[in-house]
Amino acid sequence: MSESELDHLSSELDLILSAVARVSEVAKDDIAPTSHPLPLLNVFREDVITPSLTADEALSGAPAKEEGRFKVPQILGEEA
Amino acid sequence: MIRKSANEMAASLASGEVTSVELTKAHFARIEEVDVKVRAFLHLDTEGALASASVIDERRKKGEELPPLAGVPLALKDVLVQKNVPTTCGSKILQGWRPPYDATVVKNLKKNGVVILGKTNMDEFAMGSSTENSAFHPTHNPWDLTRIPGGSGGGSSAAISSFEAPLAIGTDTGGSIRQPAAVTGTVGVKPTYGGVSRYGLVAFSSSLDQAGPCARTVLDAALLHEAIAGHDEKDSTSIDAPVPKVVEAARRGDVKGVRIGVIKELQGEGYQAGVLERFQESLDILSGLGAEIVEVSCPSFDYALPAYYLIAPSECSSNLARFDAMRFGLRVGEGSAEEVMNATREAGFGREVKRRIILGTYALSSGYYDAYYGSAQKVRTLIKNDFEKAFLSADVLVSPTAPTTAFKIGEKSDDPLAMYLNDIATIPVNLAGICAISIPSGLAKEDSLPAGFQVMAPAMADDRLYNVGAALERELLAKWSKPLLDFAPELA
Amino acid sequence: MAMKYDQVVSAFDPVLGLEVHVELGTKSKMFCGCATLFGAEPNTQVCPVCLGLPGSLPVVNRKAIEYTIAIGLALNCSIAPYSRFARKNYFYPDMPKNFQTSQYDEPICKNGYLDLEVETEDGIKEFRVDIERVHMEEDTGKSLHVGGATGRIHGADYSLLDYNRAGIPLVEIVTKTIEGTGKYAPLVAKAYVKELRDILRSLGVSDVKMEQGSLRCDANVSLRPMGEKKLGTRSETKNVNSLRSVERAVRAEMIRHAGILETGGKVKQETRHFHENTGETTAGRSKEQAEDYRYFQEPDLIPIAPADSWIDEIRKNLPERPSERRKRLQSAWSVPDKEMAAMVNADVLDLVAETVELGADPTKARGWWLGEIARIANENEKWAGELPISPVNVKELIDLINAGELTDKLARQVVEGVINGEGSPKEVVAQRGFKVVSDDTALMEAIERAITTQPDVADKVRNGHIPAAGALIGAVMKDTKGQADAAKVRSLLLKHLGQSE
Ligand SMILES: [Zn+2]
Repeated sequence: MSESELDHLSSELDLILSAVARVSEVAKDDIAPTSHPLPLLNVFREDVITPSLTADEALSGAPAKEEGRFKVPQILGEEA
Repeated sequence: MIRKSANEMAASLASGEVTSVELTKAHFARIEEVDVKVRAFLHLDTEGALASASVIDERRKKGEELPPLAGVPLALKDVLVQKNVPTTCGSKILQGWRPPYDATVVKNLKKNGVVILGKTNMDEFAMGSSTENSAFHPTHNPWDLTRIPGGSGGGSSAAISSFEAPLAIGTDTGGSIRQPAAVTGTVGVKPTYGGVSRYGLVAFSSSLDQAGPCARTVLDAALLHEAIAGHDEKDSTSIDAPVPKVVEAARRGDVKGVRIGVIKELQGEGYQAGVLERFQESLDILSGLGAEIVEVSCPSFDYALPAYYLIAPSECSSNLARFDAMRFGLRVGEGSAEEVMNATREAGFGREVKRRIILGTYALSSGYYDAYYGSAQKVRTLIKNDFEKAFLSADVLVSPTAPTTAFKIGEKSDDPLAMYLNDIATIPVNLAGICAISIPSGLAKEDSLPAGFQVMAPAMADDRLYNVGAALERELLAKWSKPLLDFAPELA
Repeated sequence: MAMKYDQVVSAFDPVLGLEVHVELGTKSKMFCGCATLFGAEPNTQVCPVCLGLPGSLPVVNRKAIEYTIAIGLALNCSIAPYSRFARKNYFYPDMPKNFQTSQYDEPICKNGYLDLEVETEDGIKEFRVDIERVHMEEDTGKSLHVGGATGRIHGADYSLLDYNRAGIPLVEIVTKTIEGTGKYAPLVAKAYVKELRDILRSLGVSDVKMEQGSLRCDANVSLRPMGEKKLGTRSETKNVNSLRSVERAVRAEMIRHAGILETGGKVKQETRHFHENTGETTAGRSKEQAEDYRYFQEPDLIPIAPADSWIDEIRKNLPERPSERRKRLQSAWSVPDKEMAAMVNADVLDLVAETVELGADPTKARGWWLGEIARIANENEKWAGELPISPVNVKELIDLINAGELTDKLARQVVEGVINGEGSPKEVVAQRGFKVVSDDTALMEAIERAITTQPDVADKVRNGHIPAAGALIGAVMKDTKGQADAAKVRSLLLKHLGQSE
């Protein structure tokens, strides 16, 4: 992002953050958080193999590929 | 023919008065004619649509029994994946991507013989209330081309209100089906969370997103609702229960004895006078039909907007992490994988998307989680509780859908907080996972633009929306003597 | 100058923490129906879900939950009545969604323990390792680093990604800090991973092949001066992929830490990588700026609340604990402690047990697995179980010996043949033309020939000089190409020459 874009964004974000910070006014300790709108439990699938994509389909959207694999720029970091 | 309802088109198809290919071509012709002004579509699948139309015609010729909407055209919001058809979510980052699979909604549409004309414009990744955040172009409101068609699903609402398609699919995270419906004089339904599969719906905020029908009549919306809804084993959050009988309810439209709760907090300050006037008129009509009007209070709704603007960005910051230039979509820049990812996201995401990713990343970060995301989830509990309490004294709850009619393109694009206020009446429904409909309540006196009437019902009581909606629609139609959209200016 | 190990353990008290990742042996992946077979063509076992394509959604594999609960029960954990998945957010190209679906503050199993009997130079020592948690997560894809000099990640020009492994269910088993092991720390670490592996194998939840990466261990090591309560700074040595390496890596880290601490230095909190060839670790990513994973509940997955009846059912079907089984087998086979320990150390107990189950004599079964087969395994730097010889083969071999159709010497050649891929023992016997010459007439003819060629030797024997018989027996064996039973030749020969033992 450019400097001016960043400045603009950060002032907006300050504004938004101060507006949304109001949630803590009512979020008392004794209120349980809701992470899922519905009280569902235990949704599973059976351990059954279903057809996969073909390698061509899997790679169809790849920006780059080689030897049936996704080709990505050099990965910096951990030796796996 | 294109001005008919989907239900009427289906009847004409069934009687042989028209073929699906003819009907599809008629809509493409209309699109050709008016979409240069409306700009509802991002992509037209002419070949695919005509091919599936002719398959339906063949099957009908053979005397096969076909589903109710077989052969009827539809516009698909570009946030749902359709196999081999470009899906962009209104974003440059997905430009050129052709998904290798169908969303369950798309599968269901195909199974029902619905003809998918193409993909409609939207705010990038469904973030917005005006469709101005599309990376490609804004969409224009057929009622006034200088105004917004609502958002994020402005392409879908504009397409049906300009008769480019009789039906459309939208998705609603904070009002993206209902607010566009309200400002274009059409019907839009956000089904119960889990009522329609999210598989293949590119996630904005997973715990809030829900696909639903957009149509010009309540019955059309119900027919489409039945076609796309139902349990899907590919979506863990999908409800394993029969689809509420929405078509039956839409044909019934009887509110005698129905208790209608008016939410005190969703009116008054910030609401346009003409919008409130239409709202009151609808209430009076319902009361006249024998409904019992009660007032309910939902005090926590004051915190719905801030909670929404923490939860949705938080989830989206994680959902959108996969757009990293490695496996699909745009790739720009040089250097390491991380550098290429950053360059691609910088080039591929628009300002609103970046704003929300940053906001969400912040709200989830350790040290801030409790104050922001954690508190927002507690507010969600309070809002659910408010709804539960309100539904003890009312069968459905009502409010204006949006506080104002359509505003001018560009009017609020520099003021995100003002923009966010558009969703003030629609957001609580998403936070609670319940269902709601927006139906046209007439034109506001100040600007002669459509206003919406929102009906909300408990989870899995979607049929109540259609029952109340159909009753109100019938009475308003009688009052106006013609469909509201007939009051809109000619585009051609 | 590095300290000697006994200096290290006299000055410092080691504290360990072990994290073991196990790939579960489910048929399909954790959140989608893709197959989990090892070694498939790249990107042929992937779908929108495990590729993280936009719009896709996960659904939990029931079997994976069942396996995880079984692991938790086997490790004496309590099973959470309610647990959820969380997203662990970070960027890495082998992780398709750029978050790992894992568990954070609500793991499915908590607070267990594992009792170990550790064989040390001071005899068998008992240790209890407390388990902090057992939780579920998903594996990542595999990257191939291309270009650069070494084919390793550093200096590579680009990487090629195969997502077949992405989404395979992983269980992470995390210990609490392991204290009080003193100089036995490396042995305890190894014994823990080994016992854990045996348990997982007995549960049938994983193929636990360390060399294929289906069981991987990260070892956290820290040292504190003797008598100090406060924990020292730890290092985390990653992906130690053999039992021997677990022991070596812990020992290497203890020595390295001690070297730093002794000269007044500070140990860096960082990731280390263990190198099997040098037996040393090298620095990986520094953890000083700890990454913020922004964990939050996975909204696409539904909480898990396993019914008591389900847990009971899993508990009921738990197999015998490996330690109990060892005791039972030892007494059933009447094996001395030392022999038992040898079998356990060589990791052939299961193989012997299977051979015995097929009807073989325990002593003989043990003899083969610990003898010739172990020898060949050692020669090839492999574990006996990896060689292409099965308990069924060994049972067949023993049967052939019992029936007098093979001598021990021939049998050893048969083992070699089986391992070379020449077929079952019977097939090897047939192909190599091994035939024990047990036909008395044929043997007598050979004996006659030997006596004819060496009459003076025969006379010596006739005159009571029994040791001279050796030369004649040797001639007979040579004549029959080693396919005669030497004991039988001896007895026939002596009898023929009018002598007895
Ligand atoms: Zn898959």
